[in-house]
This record gives sequence, structure tokens and C-alpha cells, in this order.
Amino acid sequence: MNRTLNTVYAWLLLLPAMVLLVAFTHYPALATLWHSFFSTPKGRRPAVFVGLENYQAMLQDPVFWRALINNLWFALGTVPVAVGIALLMALWVNRGLAGRGFLRLSYFTPTILPMVAVANIWLFFYTPQYGLLAQILQFLGLPGPNWLGTKETALPALMIVSVWKEAGFFMIFYLAALQGVSPSLREAAMLEGASRWQYFRRVLWPLLMPTTLFVLINALINAFRLIDHVVVMTHGGPDNASTLLLFYIYQIGFSFWDTAYAATLTVVLLVVLGIIAAIKFRWLDKRTHYQ
Amino acid sequence: MNTSVQPPASRGPAASRDPSASRGTRVLKSSNPRESGAWLDTIGAWLLGLIWILPLLYALWAAVHPPAYATRFDLFAPWTLDNFTRAWEAAPFPRYYLNTFMLVTMVLVAQLILSTMAGYAFARLEFRGREFLFLLVLLQLMVMPDVLIVENYRTMSWLGVRDTVFAIALPYFASAFGIFLLRQTFKTIPRELEEAARVEGASALQILLKVYVPLGKPTYIAYGLVSVSYHWNNFLWPLIITNSVEARPLTVGLQVFSSTDQGIDWSVITAATLLSAAPLLVAFLLFQRQFVQSFLRAGIR
Repeated sequence: MNRTLNTVYAWLLLLPAMVLLVAFTHYPALATLWHSFFSTPKGRRPAVFVGLENYQAMLQDPVFWRALINNLWFALGTVPVAVGIALLMALWVNRGLAGRGFLRLSYFTPTILPMVAVANIWLFFYTPQYGLLAQILQFLGLPGPNWLGTKETALPALMIVSVWKEAGFFMIFYLAALQGVSPSLREAAMLEGASRWQYFRRVLWPLLMPTTLFVLINALINAFRLIDHVVVMTHGGPDNASTLLLFYIYQIGFSFWDTAYAATLTVVLLVVLGIIAAIKFRWLDKRTHYQ
Repeated sequence: MNTSVQPPASRGPAASRDPSASRGTRVLKSSNPRESGAWLDTIGAWLLGLIWILPLLYALWAAVHPPAYATRFDLFAPWTLDNFTRAWEAAPFPRYYLNTFMLVTMVLVAQLILSTMAGYAFARLEFRGREFLFLLVLLQLMVMPDVLIVENYRTMSWLGVRDTVFAIALPYFASAFGIFLLRQTFKTIPRELEEAARVEGASALQILLKVYVPLGKPTYIAYGLVSVSYHWNNFLWPLIITNSVEARPLTVGLQVFSSTDQGIDWSVITAATLLSAAPLLVAFLLFQRQFVQSFLRAGIR
């Protein structure tokens, strides 16, 4: 085939995918930016250009700051813990302990369950007085707070659900990486008299570094993208103590119908995702070849 | 779902280009013998395992016992399937099932067709603008439709398809992730096979359907499982774009059901919860290894 014909054929093959991709990813991303410079149309009053007014309002909006700071804490709290537990799970499953089949099953199962469904179950765990956690604490003679109704505990309670949901998924990437580690490395380390910790710290950990970075990036994206449990469990409350950025966008956009302000908030979220993308390309893709 | 690119340094056997099954299953087998101190690890691993499965076990407990036992754990509590019947009758679950089934089917079929075409073009054709277009595709891995809810809602209103299963599915038809996966797979297929087919007079379309698609089967299965799981469980976008029973998928139906209709009847809520997750859960229990492999294969590329 000559080159021109090839190009026509290729573009025809790509046309449907590219049209939809642009329509629901690139166009809305740009439209978000565009609409953030306009006011929200109300009734017969059309949207008018307001420059940076929405951004000024955002900077003075305490709920926005609350949501952003909450989200940063949420990421900081869930990402390292989920990744750490995932690594631990992988090391355990990989070691061939008794009942490995059960362990793998129980670690991985949360991954395939709908977040909405499991959030409902966790809701019961956290219920004051007769929830599971409250019952256990009562049994031990300890006072059980209203986990989801208290400002200090609402966000951490959601973080636990996130860690529980995601750790098993990240585990399988570590498992795959561990399978690639040659057993002779371990034997050599043992011959040199290295302890298990030294073997882990000096041999395994550096070898697993690329997997760790890969998992970290994905966990970070999820921390800003998944809010199903917020909708089900706290609705951002109490007093916005557990609101996250995307949840606030959802509230502004679909409870208050302030689409211009929702667009402005979305720009911030896109910037956050852009920063994560930049980190990803800086750290990870330097060594990745799209052959 | 997981949509990034794994650096080559961490590629274990599972990430290898070889799609053969024997390699795939080896991932989950251990190579290390037991050793001293194993009992401590065993206890720790089991403790974590029990904590991890606890929510599901609790849901099962509450769902198969009368409401009086939902929060009282008694070994001799009577068994019942009443909660499932009550949940089934209290909300239009058959309709929700149908909607979710239509949703995942629609998304999967569209994704497979579009990703195959695009993946082939990126993998095997030389044309002007290839690098630029591929970069556009990769962008979607970072900025997914999930966060662009306000503008996509506007688009759906403009198209006049709001509150339909089609509107839930449409933003996901073109999947950067699927295109990327299939491109990688098609690149590993020897060009000689294509040449041979061409010599025998196969048309361009026949080459794609008779040579590339059959050889990409493991990738199709892996991608299919991940896609179905993702869209079966997807919640926020369907919640926003639907507001009637006729369009709502299971996840949204479950949320509407448990937040408004039920108060705090945990038995019915857990029964409904299990109902909504059951097909995936049963499939997972039956084809556990296939699922884990698929998530791995799909995530790691």
C-alpha cells in the first residue's frame, strides 16, 4: 500500500474512536476551562464573561479549601498505607503460607465488589450503639464514638474503607513483580548471612521500586477520582469534615446547579491530575518505551 | 480502573508478552519454601485475611438470618431467604439488572470494536499524525470521563439522551486503555502472518478479523473482564445522568433503595447489597485465577 492510501485507511479506522475520545475527554476538559470564565446562566439571563471572578470566589470559599485539604489528607493517609499493606499481602501470599488460596481470595475480593455495596456494609460497621465496631468496643468496655458523625473521625473512617477496597488490587502487581525475582538472589543473600529484613531492604525493595512507583501513581489518581463511599456514607458531613474535591464538584454542579463554579472547581481537579501526570512522566515513563 | 504503563524493569513473567496460559498461571504459585518464623507470618496473614473478608461475611450473615439477628450474633440463629425476597419485591431489581446488563454489554461491544480498529491502526499502519493522535489517546489515561461530569452532563442534555442507559455508556465507548492494550498485543503478532494472508488474497478487513483478532484472544478476555467489572460497579456518572427506574443501573438502584426506602433494616439492605454484587462475585469465585490474571494483564501494560 502506498503512504497516502495508508493514511486514509488509518484515519478511517481511527475516526470513530477519536471522535468519541475528543467529544468526551478533550472537548469537556477545554470546555470546563472556558466555562470557568463565565457566570452560570440563570433563567432567561445568559452566561456572561466574568473573567477571574469565579476563581476569586473560589479562593474565598472555605468549603473549597476544606475539600482540597481533606483530599490531600485523604491521599496522604490512604496511598502509603494501601501500598504498604499491598506489599505485605504479596509477600505473604508469595511465601506459600498455609491457606494461601483463602488469603489470596480474601485480599482480592474487595476489588471486584461495587464500592456502593461495600460502603453500605461499612456503614453498618460504623453505626453507633449497635454497629459491629460499637459492639466490639462495648464488649471490651470502651466507649464507641459516632465514627461518621464526628468531625475528627469521619474522614479517617472513609480512608479505612478506601484502603480496604484497594490494597488487594495493588497486591497483584507486587505478586507479579515478586515472581520475577530470581530465587538465587535470596540464596546468595542467605549465604552471605543476611537477615530476612536485610534481604528485603537491600535486595527486594530496590527491585520492587518500579512497581511501587507505578502503584503509587495509580493510588494517587484514585484518591482524587473515587467518591462513591462519600456519597453513600457521609455525604461530605459532618460540617464538610469529609468532603472531597470531586464530591464538592458534584454537590455544586448537581445539587446547587452552579455549573460555572463547578467548572472552576473542576479546573483545580484537572490541575491536580496534571501534576500527577507530570510526576508520572518524570519518574516512570523515562524508562518506558512505547515500542 | 488501572490505566497506566508499567516500566519494563518490573516485568515479571506475568507481564511478559507471551500470552500462553502456562506462563499466566505460574504467577500465583510460590517459589519459596517454608522456613523458620513462618508461624508468625501465618498468624499475621490470617488475621489480615479475616479482617479483609469480614465485611462480606457479615453481609452474608445478616442476609440469611431474620432481622432480629442482624446485629446479634448467635450460632443457633434460624436461617431464612426472606430478606432476599423482601429486597427483590421492595425495589425494581429485575429492571436494574436488565439496565446494568444492557450497560455492560453496550460498553463492552463498542469498546472492543473501536479499540480493535484503533489499536490495529496504531500498531501496524504508518501514517501522518500517528504520534500526535496516540498522544491524544494517552491523555485519557490521566483525565478520564469520570471527573468531567459537569461538561459531559451538558453534552448529554444537548444530545437529548439524558436519563438513558445509552447516556451512561457513551462516554466510555472510546477507551484509551483498550486501544493501548490492543496496540501492544497486535505489535507482538508476527508481520509474516499478515503478509501470508495478503498473498492468499485476504482483504484488509479479513486480515484484521482472521489474523489479528483471534491471536489477541487473551487480551480480549482480560480487557473484557476488567471492563465488565468496572462498569458493573461504576456509580457516580450513572447517578448523575439517570433519574428514572428505566435507566438506573444496579449500583444507583441500590443506593436509592438503601438510602430512602429502608430506614435501617440491615437485613434487607445487606440482601440487596449481595444481590447487586452477586453475578460478579459468583463469576469471580468460579474463575478466580482468570480474574486475577486479567486484572494483572490489564493493569500492567
